[in-house]
Amino acid sequence: MEVLLDNLDSFEVGIRNTVALALASFAGALAIGLVVATFRVSPVLPLRAAGTTYVEVVRNIPPLVLIFLFFFGFPNIGIVYSPFISATIVLAAYTGAFVGEAIRAGINTVARGQAEAARALGMTFRQTLGLVVMPQALRSVVPPMGNLFIALVKNTSLASTISVFELTFVSKRLITDTAQGLTVFFGTAVAYLLLTLPAGWVVGRIERRAAIKR
Amino acid sequence: MVAPALGDALGPRARRRAAVASVAAAAAIGFVIFIAIRRFADAGQFERRLWEPFLRPEVRRFLWNGLVNTLKAASIALVLASLLGIVLALGRLSRPLVLRTLSRSYVEFFRGFPLLLLIVFGFFTLPRLGIGLNRFWALVIALTAYNGAVLGEIFRAGILSLDRGQNEAAEALGMRRGQSMRFVILPQAFRRMTPTIVSQFVTLLKDTSLGFVIGYEELLRTGQIAGEFFRNSLQFLIAVSVVFFVVNFTLSRIARRLELRQRRRYKAGTIEVAGPEDLVAAGLELGKGK
Repeated sequence: MEVLLDNLDSFEVGIRNTVALALASFAGALAIGLVVATFRVSPVLPLRAAGTTYVEVVRNIPPLVLIFLFFFGFPNIGIVYSPFISATIVLAAYTGAFVGEAIRAGINTVARGQAEAARALGMTFRQTLGLVVMPQALRSVVPPMGNLFIALVKNTSLASTISVFELTFVSKRLITDTAQGLTVFFGTAVAYLLLTLPAGWVVGRIERRAAIKR
Repeated sequence: MVAPALGDALGPRARRRAAVASVAAAAAIGFVIFIAIRRFADAGQFERRLWEPFLRPEVRRFLWNGLVNTLKAASIALVLASLLGIVLALGRLSRPLVLRTLSRSYVEFFRGFPLLLLIVFGFFTLPRLGIGLNRFWALVIALTAYNGAVLGEIFRAGILSLDRGQNEAAEALGMRRGQSMRFVILPQAFRRMTPTIVSQFVTLLKDTSLGFVIGYEELLRTGQIAGEFFRNSLQFLIAVSVVFFVVNFTLSRIARRLELRQRRRYKAGTIEVAGPEDLVAAGLELGKGK
């Protein structure tokens, strides 16, 4: 137990970085996901192709490989960012693909009749999407979003490989340096639980408020 | 193509606007690609020296071994995780409260714990507890423990997705619970879950790249090593990315084709297989609801 108490300050910094990384990446992922979903349902073929290519490429490559590619490979073509920013960008891009798919699934859940009614009223594609379809789609998309956020929190651990001082980085060092691996393990488990449980609770709240009353 | 969720086919004016937008979008995308290639070339990344190592057979063999190690770890982990998943699923559906709680706690625990840390823990700490593991098994055990939880939830959803009638018919024939599971429920659930399992294999392949942190010589690590040796990290990382993409994309297509065939054959719904991460979302979400 002393291990945990002695290193409480490290844990605190680690947790703070993990939270910052998760929130920043998720914000980016939401933005990217919205764009990707719009591209994938667009009647414009090149946009659909671009969206689909993006999703397929990002989904099939391990996130760690993407992080390495960005952090170790891209400097060779002049794209260099700090570890934290690099991790944020890559995680946002990676999660964004899944967010896009979730939103697209949500769009497909909205009854066709809605879109047809909008068209019948003379709305343009942009109006139909923005005023009628998206608001309804986004409501049904909240639970998968919650799970994606939890997955993202777990993926922040990958940033430890490019020496971002987040929770897994701290734990990794403690596990390898001390003989108290088991204690560190459970301490970290509790820490991650503290991060994912509130997330699940918040998602539950939003889900209930956004629930479509049938 | 018609915009599927957004009403009927486009009228003449919208069609014209879409055509214009298509041309503009294609031009914009072409421009972006052009700039990217230009950037690449300006940084001298098309130089022969940087790409020459790929022509050497020993380099290719080195990468190939990495890929084989990746596939090895993922395959064994898949088998073990499937077994664990069945145990967990049955545990959660069993009657004794103890078993149900144990299974549920296991799944909930691994739901929030990063796999990376699990791998590190398995490799560095388990030996001190008397379980000496080499790199391969540390990775496989961690993968199994984690994906076992995921598959457990997926199997549980699969079992629950079966028509109640199956269970009732088995009971009517006088089968005990265990027998009905073995002869009626599980075989059907398994057949339904095949595309899901293939998708989970894709996830496992991606997860094996985490073996990097304990020095397991899978594809990413071999690529990194080679890249640092020849000083062309970017090229090797691109190569590794391409290999992963090709393998996983092919498997995903197979999974999707299996799912379509199942849907046609069994006419009943299977679990929506949109991709590995969605799978986790779908499987765990269903777990939450029930």
